[in-house]
Amino acid sequence: MTLAATLRLALQALVRNKIRSLLTMLGIVIGVAAVIVTVAIGAGARASVQNSINSLGSNLIVVQPGSVTQSGARSGFGGASTLTPDDGLAIAKLPGVASVSPQVTIRTQVVAGENNWQTTVTGVAPTYTFIRSWPLAAGRFFGESDLAGSAKVAVLGATVVQQLFPDGQSPVGATIMVKGAPFTVIGTLAPLGQSGMGQDQDDTVIVPYTSAMERLTGLTTVNALLVSAANSSEIDAVQQSLTALLEQRHRITPSQPDDFQVRNLQSIAQAASQTGAVMEFLLAGVAAVSLIVGGIGIMNIMMVSVTERTREIGLRMAVGAHAKTILSQFLTESIALSTIGGLAGVCIGALATILVASIAHWPTTIPAQWVVASVLFASMVGIFFGYYPAQKASRLNPIDALRFE
Amino acid sequence: MSAVVEVRGLRKIYPLDGNEVIALAGIDVALAPGEFVAVMGPSGSGKSTFMQIVGLLDSPSAGTYRFEGNDVSTLHGDERADIRSRRLGFVFQSYNLLSRTSALENVELPMVYAGVPESRRRQIAVEKMELVGVAHLQKHNPNQMSGGQQQRVAIARSLVNDPGLILADEPTGALDTKSSADVMQILQRLNREQGITIMLVTHEPEVAAYARRVVTFRDGRIVSDAQNVDRAA
Repeated sequence: MTLAATLRLALQALVRNKIRSLLTMLGIVIGVAAVIVTVAIGAGARASVQNSINSLGSNLIVVQPGSVTQSGARSGFGGASTLTPDDGLAIAKLPGVASVSPQVTIRTQVVAGENNWQTTVTGVAPTYTFIRSWPLAAGRFFGESDLAGSAKVAVLGATVVQQLFPDGQSPVGATIMVKGAPFTVIGTLAPLGQSGMGQDQDDTVIVPYTSAMERLTGLTTVNALLVSAANSSEIDAVQQSLTALLEQRHRITPSQPDDFQVRNLQSIAQAASQTGAVMEFLLAGVAAVSLIVGGIGIMNIMMVSVTERTREIGLRMAVGAHAKTILSQFLTESIALSTIGGLAGVCIGALATILVASIAHWPTTIPAQWVVASVLFASMVGIFFGYYPAQKASRLNPIDALRFE
Repeated sequence: MSAVVEVRGLRKIYPLDGNEVIALAGIDVALAPGEFVAVMGPSGSGKSTFMQIVGLLDSPSAGTYRFEGNDVSTLHGDERADIRSRRLGFVFQSYNLLSRTSALENVELPMVYAGVPESRRRQIAVEKMELVGVAHLQKHNPNQMSGGQQQRVAIARSLVNDPGLILADEPTGALDTKSSADVMQILQRLNREQGITIMLVTHEPEVAAYARRVVTFRDGRIVSDAQNVDRAA
């Protein structure tokens, strides 16, 4: 008998017992659907963490001012005003550092003609677009001469462009008012979307940090130093050497706490993805157990089915079926049950994932290798748990089988 | 032309609780092509065992069995299955049609195992159903048919591979008088008009009367083998 004919026989037998076949598959369907949903949510969360970290610049080290104690009350991180652009210049000379940008942020109202909008004005160095791997959409970014001259030039994020220039014309060349000072728009940035924390990263106006300090904050300190390591393997070394450098520059003795804080996004990302990997293994374990339980269900029903169809088996043998043909018919039935169950599970899992994604707004990704692996595993469950009942069927004696009541 | 069935010194012994039960104690008989033979005898006479061996569902303990000229006494499972599939047709007391399966598909079943291509299967099945007068029941499932109709579908099924021998085991055992007569007339007609060799096992003399020759078993031996003069003409 050909494979197609065997498959046809098996499917006919399953269709003849629709309800039973569906119930038998249910264990596998639920098992596979559960795998798909949990993996999709897990992988989606991991991807979005990775994405937001990448969008901040993959080799990024962030130095922020530390906490200060004033009259016994300790401020949070960033409370101290200790970091200066000169700290940044000193860090830039350390080995393994690709570039450094000070960062000054201030929330203020910006005005363009009749439109106005409250946004974050960010003062940075020309290296900022490289550190953040943030491409331009139009115009240019400011250069060293703009920085040196505290030029009143601005580069707008996509959200600000939308709010201040809603009629769609290019803002490049226009003048916007920031805290009463006119700034010329020289470029716009490509949209980055939400950060990992759900902030709109495009809702910002970028200006040279010198202009921001002189014209907007009036301070000599900055809110952060963004340091980009030359490559990811040097992140830890750079972090140690810049900590030592800053401690020396800020004259911090070993007994004193640092007045700055260094964060390394790569290590956060690694921790996040390791947690994710452990979760995936746990899920795989739970999934394997549920699929094995589903397999036992299949074996149970196949045993009942063989007993119930003893006369049918006897007849098939009497009219010329080989033992091997009977074996493959029953084995094909259980493989078909488990594989169809697996495919149905993938479909239901995918639907549930889409539902979760649209209702809870969680990022989800369905990894193709998990789809393939779970369907294959379901098929293997069918082979493993279907073999014994199929073998039992194929070993029946046709005379006894035909007489079976 | 060689005999369809030719057995010599056929014995069958079953082990039972450490003893041996002799089901067949040396049978010598031959069936010529075109014969219609009824095998009779009380239960335990060995007639069922004889039919199972002739039908290649079982093998003899001793003696030889030649089917269509070939020695088949010592064939193994799959070899016997191949002969059953291509050269033998079976009709059972309880019809043994597959439930929830149309009459047409039931009739096609032996051809599935004999490897007949699908388009031909349908054509042959319809042809044989017409021959026994059940062509109008093609789409019916067994539970939608009377016993007589089911047995006629089963006869159509036994015909599809143009067998050299049809074995009918108590074919009327589950039928009323009217249906029994119908079924036996069909078998008789197939024998007379198509020249099909039929071996019928029964314990009812009225049924055996349709055959041309009656072989009677008792205690594992043949006690009489006679032409059925009344109806042979």
